Amino acid sequence: MEEKYFGHSVERKEGRGKVTGRAQYVDDLAFPDMIHGVTVRSSIARGRILGIRYGEGIPWNEFAIVTAKDIPGTNEISLILHDQPCLASEFINHPEEPVVLLAHPDKYLLEEARRAVHIDIEPLPAVFTIEDSLAKRTIIWGEDNVLKAYHVDKGDVDGAWATADVIVEGEYRTGAQEQLYIENQGMIAVANPADGVTVWGSLQCPYYVHKALVPIFGLPAEKIRVIQAETGGGFGGKEEYPSMIAAHAALLAWKSGKRVKIVYDRAEDMVATTKRHPSRTRHRTGVTRDGKLVAMDIDLVIDGGAYATLSAVVLSRATIHSAGPYVCPNVRIRSQAVATNAPPHGAFRGFGAPQSIFAVERHLDQVARAVNLAPEELRRRNFLHRDQTTATGQIIHEDVNFDGLLDRAFKESDYHAKRERFAKENPGATVKRGIGFSTFMHGAGFTGSGEVYLASVVELEATAEGCVRVLAASTEIGQGANTIFSQIAADALGISYDRIEVAQPDTGAVPNSGPTVASRTSMVVGNLVEKAALDLKKTLVESGLLCDACTEDEFVRACKRYIETRGPLRTRSQYEPPPGLHWDDTTYSGDAYGTYAWAVYVAEVAVDTLTYEARVTDFIAVQEIGKVIHPVLAAGQIEGGVAQAIGMALYENVAWREGRMANGQMTNYIMPTAADIPPIRVFFEEQPYPFGPHGAKGIGELPMDGPAPSILNAIENATGVCLREIPATPEVLMEAMAGKAGALV
Amino acid sequence: MSETVAKINIACIVNGARQRVQAYPMARLLDILREEMHLTGTKEGCGEGECGACAVLLNGAIVNSCLVPAIEADGSEIRTIEGVASGDQLSAVQSAFLECGGAQCGICTPGMVIAAMALLARHPHPGDAEIREGLAGNLCRCTGYQKIFASVVRACKTSGEKLAGTR
Ligand code: FES
Ligand code: FES
Repeated sequence: MEEKYFGHSVERKEGRGKVTGRAQYVDDLAFPDMIHGVTVRSSIARGRILGIRYGEGIPWNEFAIVTAKDIPGTNEISLILHDQPCLASEFINHPEEPVVLLAHPDKYLLEEARRAVHIDIEPLPAVFTIEDSLAKRTIIWGEDNVLKAYHVDKGDVDGAWATADVIVEGEYRTGAQEQLYIENQGMIAVANPADGVTVWGSLQCPYYVHKALVPIFGLPAEKIRVIQAETGGGFGGKEEYPSMIAAHAALLAWKSGKRVKIVYDRAEDMVATTKRHPSRTRHRTGVTRDGKLVAMDIDLVIDGGAYATLSAVVLSRATIHSAGPYVCPNVRIRSQAVATNAPPHGAFRGFGAPQSIFAVERHLDQVARAVNLAPEELRRRNFLHRDQTTATGQIIHEDVNFDGLLDRAFKESDYHAKRERFAKENPGATVKRGIGFSTFMHGAGFTGSGEVYLASVVELEATAEGCVRVLAASTEIGQGANTIFSQIAADALGISYDRIEVAQPDTGAVPNSGPTVASRTSMVVGNLVEKAALDLKKTLVESGLLCDACTEDEFVRACKRYIETRGPLRTRSQYEPPPGLHWDDTTYSGDAYGTYAWAVYVAEVAVDTLTYEARVTDFIAVQEIGKVIHPVLAAGQIEGGVAQAIGMALYENVAWREGRMANGQMTNYIMPTAADIPPIRVFFEEQPYPFGPHGAKGIGELPMDGPAPSILNAIENATGVCLREIPATPEVLMEAMAGKAGALV
Repeated sequence: MSETVAKINIACIVNGARQRVQAYPMARLLDILREEMHLTGTKEGCGEGECGACAVLLNGAIVNSCLVPAIEADGSEIRTIEGVASGDQLSAVQSAFLECGGAQCGICTPGMVIAAMALLARHPHPGDAEIREGLAGNLCRCTGYQKIFASVVRACKTSGEKLAGTR
């Protein structure tokens, strides 16, 4: 097949709408009969609801008011478990938990009304930290506060300690992080018993929302329709939470008989919706004097917040990535997601991997020091290669060339020369410079048997004009999914890119190609697009209307003829796992992912010893992600992820007060600006993956994993201070440096 | 409230066209653009002057329209993202964003395009530091800014950009 579009930076499908302001996001949609909805939430973390009072001075009879009693079906947001209510009715389990919904045509009056609703709550003891949850003095979830736990065992860790010359221990922590898509969450709904429920909104996974709405309304699946509006960024934040807002808007629409729009403002979006799971990881590592890893004992805990939501899956990815891309014969991982009385933590780009990779990559620098090896030397002695096994016992069947990636990253960053130069220049300098790196992997697609369970489907449909529409539930959220599907389909059909259209994700019109998460869209769904496209062409060829090497005009004529004489021209493809993949959920062993992206990232920092500010001054990202489909989009994914991870490493601090985010504003929750981000230099090594479209693998989450440990390794190189937690804000640096003042002068 | 507070009249020129609307005095310029004039290209990201998604040119100067009381718009001349392209003809800044990957999800893009225009009006050939400083009031969560910088550089190279209307 000719690659006319694959590998080239063609114009974005929806690019024009975005640069002209014509693209319509949910808050840009308005309808004559539409009214507005708001959510009244709990002010405290845990308690029993005693009653709801509606204050004076508000014309309450003009309002649609919804509480749990008004839910026609089951009061739950169904995801993996069924523990999270759509509206709290008896108990409150976290601050900002939704209790009452209000709708009215006048936004200003609605805001007054929201403030006039008082929810009386009798407080109950609450749990706010991983330690308190693990202590189990107060049980807030299930029998033991544990939302999920995994055990991974490879070899015999206890027996291996005796063979280690040195044992290195360390504890590492990562904070919560807000996704901070610039478009706040929002939904519009129409709902009534006759027509069912239709919602439009900002979301990543139309079929997740669909699945959640079915039990709430107790309607047959075909009476529920979910349509994605243009979506202004997701990063995981619009993976599971949109189900909640969709349910709320739909309940208000059901009650009022009107179309209802709920759009959060920034403060509500920040305090009420999900964030990255905070984590605590303890490593105990046995190593020989010449730097061979002999045992890795890892204890990983993530804070899931008040309900189970996606924590089990986030924990799974965190667990599998926690031992890094190294061969170690003996590995034991004990991991748990525990409940606290904070709003549930949720999906965020990287999905647990950035947390556990931060820990292992910081820790390996400590291990290297303990055996007097350069950090790169220690890693070189333990890198995973073809035919070796990961922590879960997965044999890697592809070439993995970490030495090559490392060489390239060091060359591009001038690593060795800089390390030498900084060592000379730093003593006596106020601003100290350092350089550090991390080596890591990211599994592409769903974990374990996830893709098999999903069994994603894509359809293609030709029109009589010779255009081809891609029908998939995968959402364009800025990453370029529509463009990539079009490139793949155009090449497979041998027609021009402009002839491909991608249908708006609408559960009433497109099949379930799975959620837009887990770096799976290009690799898994893209592959399905290609299969369906090849099948469409084959159908035309076999019907005798087209020869294999056709011109575009011939293709257009053939579509027209086919549709006139035989009816609709539609093909369908469904996911089939690559051969030979085995995963065992009970022992948590086997082929965790079909493939991985491999990467080496290098960060250079400048640390001001007067202000305690650390800045990233240069960044090199070298990765092997299979074949690159669209160079500009691919580099954009890496750059954007690196910038978010720089935020995670240095700036983005969620200040918690009794389970509530106290700094829910952009003024005091600081994400990086154009002035904070260094040049990010991106390099791809391309080794085709046989089961991705044209050899492509997943890319979206990878760049979130490596920057934080690289940056903290660089800070240690600059200052000699060993930081074990992020974000490394000036306060954290000041405290660490004060404890180590001698080393700085 | 709707009964007690009277709306006021606001007259201004938006993208070259005369506009007359009624709004509550506490409404923001952002609200009258989006809700009264249906110019939804200008976005709200934070409502507190931090993100720049709501940036417009007010009498030639860049402002965050979420911080401007509607009453200040009375008698002014405003340019929003809808007034940047002429028909189907994209401006040099818009074309550059399209070609260089300066827009991912696109929600920051209208504000970024306005900020880039304001920057180029001040510095027709900005250096790296000027670009970073000129765009530091506009947050983008998707791109990591690299391709936005590249878009600005590309825009100054392409000759077409007439900066008329930006001052
Ligand atoms: S919405 Fe105006 S600055 Fe963010
Ligand atoms: S492109 Fe999404 S916020 Fe900038």
